[in-house]
Amino acid sequence: MSTQAIRLDGATARRGARPVWSGVDLSVRQGEFVAVLGPNGSGKSTLLHILLGLLALGEGTATVLGGRPGSVSARIGYLPQRRSFDAGTRVRGLDLVRLGLDGTRWGFPLPAALSPRARAAAHRVDEVVELVGASAYARRPIGALSGGEQQRLLIAQALVRRPRMLLLDEPLDSLDLSNQGAVAALVQRICKTEGVTVLLVAHDVNPILPYLDRVIYFAGGGGVEGTPREVITGPTLSRLYGVPVEVLETSDGRLVVVGTPEPPAHHHPRHDHGH
Amino acid sequence: MGIELAGLSWNPLGDLEQLTEFSFMVQALEAGTIVATMAGAIGWFMVLRRQTFAGHTLSVVAFPGAAGATLAGLPLAAGYFGACGIAALALSRVSRPGRESLSSESAAIGTVQAFGLGLGFLFVTLYSGQLSDLQSLLFGTFLGITAAQVQTLFWVALAALAILAAIGRPLLFASVDGAVARASGVPTGGLALVFLLLLGLAVAATAEITGALLVFALLVTPPATAQQITIRPGPGLVLSVALALAVTWLGLGIAYFSPYPVGFWVTSLSFGLYVTVRLVREILARRYRHDPLGAPA
Repeated sequence: MSTQAIRLDGATARRGARPVWSGVDLSVRQGEFVAVLGPNGSGKSTLLHILLGLLALGEGTATVLGGRPGSVSARIGYLPQRRSFDAGTRVRGLDLVRLGLDGTRWGFPLPAALSPRARAAAHRVDEVVELVGASAYARRPIGALSGGEQQRLLIAQALVRRPRMLLLDEPLDSLDLSNQGAVAALVQRICKTEGVTVLLVAHDVNPILPYLDRVIYFAGGGGVEGTPREVITGPTLSRLYGVPVEVLETSDGRLVVVGTPEPPAHHHPRHDHGH
Repeated sequence: MGIELAGLSWNPLGDLEQLTEFSFMVQALEAGTIVATMAGAIGWFMVLRRQTFAGHTLSVVAFPGAAGATLAGLPLAAGYFGACGIAALALSRVSRPGRESLSSESAAIGTVQAFGLGLGFLFVTLYSGQLSDLQSLLFGTFLGITAAQVQTLFWVALAALAILAAIGRPLLFASVDGAVARASGVPTGGLALVFLLLLGLAVAATAEITGALLVFALLVTPPATAQQITIRPGPGLVLSVALALAVTWLGLGIAYFSPYPVGFWVTSLSFGLYVTVRLVREILARRYRHDPLGAPA
């Protein structure tokens, strides 16, 4: 039991009166790298909001790191869905990471020269920026950085408090394919070396497939969980969507899901992100 | 130029002595120092939070507040602080937590601004005062500050800065990274309300001296200039206050020896500073840019 990081039993999530998904059972072990997949509006971000305690379950129970959602938020690093910081954002990546460490404390920080605590904080920030490989550009305005550079710093921000769990909402969304693979590799390395449980919401499973332990797939008002080879199959997804769905594998190992009733993306704004 | 600076000698110490010879000048310097410190610090957060429009709304509302207080026979300060406080509360209801800016409500707020100015004009007309009353409400009474006013301003500024110091770090977090701050347990909605009230205090205090229309010379220009120079929060905040103090002191000093009003000098100095810093930044950016197209960032 102590190795269980997330458990959902008979869970139903609602946004207002609309049920997003219902009857979902999940079990994620500590230290697993899990992708959260599904079409737009299927409730991927909703799951993260429930785990953080920002949204209450309609029915069922949820346990996160052995506690109620919301009671353990200090041990969870969260990266909300967002495209990027615009060029006008006048703040250094380093300061943003630092705010992830002690931004919730009241008062005004003292300069590092006067306070041992501030020196320790600055040291921890340097350490985690180094861990994600962002030292070269952490002192530049974050708005001036590329999407991949921004995501590395945001992951550093989510990691700086040494959380037991990382909830990453579409961190790969604005990146090109090679950067998607590189960031996924970085997340897997952190997941394994630091023993952190990672839930990563993604649109496309292929760039991250080699790094994953398990996937959670939401569609058609329900959700299933298992290894990628168990979940991303024709029969499982057909049951989930309620229509016949086929999964094809290309010669280079990419999975292609065919026949889903997903509407075209541009007719379907990302209302599952609930800003 | 030399002819207009009547009374200015080649002896700086003597000039300084001359500056502080009259009590109205001492009080103007004291009030200017207090207000510049407050406006520099709170304005820095306002510019960072991109709430300049909210600040502008508060300063516009300050005018009917002061004019109404004059009409009702109340102290001017009561009008400024009352109107700005009520407006800050109203603004915080319009911009609910989760909305990043006031831009979606800009048309509604613009309508209220126009009405506020009209109301202020009505009050001034009803008061049947001379044009000079209207002028001082809009453009300030730098040299008409009383010792009692200075004392009130001092305590208001002290309280506002103490609150700002207490909420400084979470406010910075909420300002640059609202979603993550909210998820980590920062009460972003409460902080937004407290900050708007602080902004209301700063606008009211500044308007008492610079008038409703010149508030921005201290509340926007020095912070905006500081943020052009450094993006580090600590040094930026210190620089913002330093610049606000510098333009206030210089403006008062120059105005004493010149026929032109203080408000003109303070606004011109801060504007000149801002333009200079932007130009230098452009030149540096052009020189060190690696982008072969040289497109503005």
